[in-house]
Amino acid sequence: MPDALLMLLGQGVQMLLVLTIAPAITGLVRLTKARLMRRQGPPLLQAYRDLVKLVHKESVVAESASWLFRVAPYMVFALTWVAAALIPTFAAGLMFNWAADAIALVAILGAARATLALAGMDVGTSFGGLGSSREMMIATLAEPAMLLVVLTLSVTAGSTRLPEVASFFLNQPLAVRISLALALIALIIVAMAENARIPVDNPATHLELTMVHEAMVLEYSGRHLAMVEAAAQLRLVAYIALIACLFVPFGMAPAGAGPVAWLLGLVSFLAKMVAGAMMLGIWEVAIAKMRVFRVPEFLGIAFIFAFLAILLTFLTKELIG
Amino acid sequence: MTHTYDISHFLAGLMLVSSFALIYQDRILAVLQTFAIQAIVLSVAVAWEAWVQDRPHLFITAGLALGLKGLVIPYALRRMIFRLGVHRDVEQVVGVGFAMLCGLGLTALSLILVLKSTASAPSIAREGLAIALAVILLGILVMITRRNAVTQIIGFMSIENGLILGATGARGMPLVVEISVAFSVLIALFVFAVFVFRIRERFDTVDVEALDEVRGDRR
Repeated sequence: MPDALLMLLGQGVQMLLVLTIAPAITGLVRLTKARLMRRQGPPLLQAYRDLVKLVHKESVVAESASWLFRVAPYMVFALTWVAAALIPTFAAGLMFNWAADAIALVAILGAARATLALAGMDVGTSFGGLGSSREMMIATLAEPAMLLVVLTLSVTAGSTRLPEVASFFLNQPLAVRISLALALIALIIVAMAENARIPVDNPATHLELTMVHEAMVLEYSGRHLAMVEAAAQLRLVAYIALIACLFVPFGMAPAGAGPVAWLLGLVSFLAKMVAGAMMLGIWEVAIAKMRVFRVPEFLGIAFIFAFLAILLTFLTKELIG
Repeated sequence: MTHTYDISHFLAGLMLVSSFALIYQDRILAVLQTFAIQAIVLSVAVAWEAWVQDRPHLFITAGLALGLKGLVIPYALRRMIFRLGVHRDVEQVVGVGFAMLCGLGLTALSLILVLKSTASAPSIAREGLAIALAVILLGILVMITRRNAVTQIIGFMSIENGLILGATGARGMPLVVEISVAFSVLIALFVFAVFVFRIRERFDTVDVEALDEVRGDRR
């Protein structure tokens, strides 16, 4: 098989892969939490069933809704899917790897969030506006931290393209690097904020005082809601994949490797996703949700850590080249 | 070579992070705990330098840091806090966010300053000096942003942590000086303690803002 075709095939496999495992990963987080609370918990397939059910249901749209309200779910879904499909998961050197730029990725995810925030305000209910405003508050604090993390890794690896960063760390001998540890902590905090996970937002609640993401999408129903939910699941996959790709790229097939190496990469990728989802579940059980007004402090830690990471990277570069 | 550098860089970085934690914490006992952790990290860092640079007398410095600042001083301060009855106090003069941003600025400043001015020195010394200067400035920042006399003492002690860190990276600080610095810190603690209790006797509080009136700053 010619090389280009193989690369295209790999890219296609990855696009389908992230789409198919996304509900299962969210389901796994829920299942882990339920089991730790000694509940039975929904089976892993429940997330898929929910999506199918929502697609078949009638979609109710408010009278005051504009075209944006109808289009936004599909746009958010598409943007998030593109982001999740670009992050190297099981192999580097796929067809669209040249586009997997970390800064572009932040921009794509930011565009998805901005679209959803606009849609939240579109109908004109107070909940939607409240959710949008909170979501944007979190975003303005999380995004600088995320960009600083990206900057730290790019300075260390000499490239902003994710496959190159991943293969750089893959070829490095193991070493203790505090700047990377700080960047990892910062990225995890950002990921929790962006995915509306527990210390920042509770995805399982509809309590109006605390909700952020759920308030924003409260007006959606039917297939629109299915799209929004699928996008949220894909975003979780994207962030876990991003952390896995940047900080534990072990097992990922290098560029130009054949399908056998891919298979190995696939197994290790799935193992990483399962481990990430279970750790998230354990973390969520162990910690309480923060007040909304404390969220800036929490995200401030991410910013400080990311900034310290880049300062220390700079120091290391300056001292030992 | 790179591994030894990596580990000393890691420990120095942890010192820096714990300095930021000192600024971030607003509960007085948490500040004290963070200070103890910083002293323990310092002693590990010093012991590591003693091991890789083969300078056994640094082990004594490490032991002093661990014993005095990791255990004795936190214990004494803890008793002081409980006797003053301020162990539940939450204090904040300027906002955490603003103080942290100032801290970042100070850190960047000290890194740039040391890297520019010590271009000819060996890299371990530059590393130690750069982070030590940052820790010292952050300790001063802790003293500025706090109003409680006890947390100001902790800020002062963390300045001394920075001094020791800087001294281990650079060759040449004799053991006698280090020991005398360590014990003068201990003496300082006693002096501080006497002062704090005097302040409380006089003003019924350990909030140093009460002193402004005496100084004529408050209208």
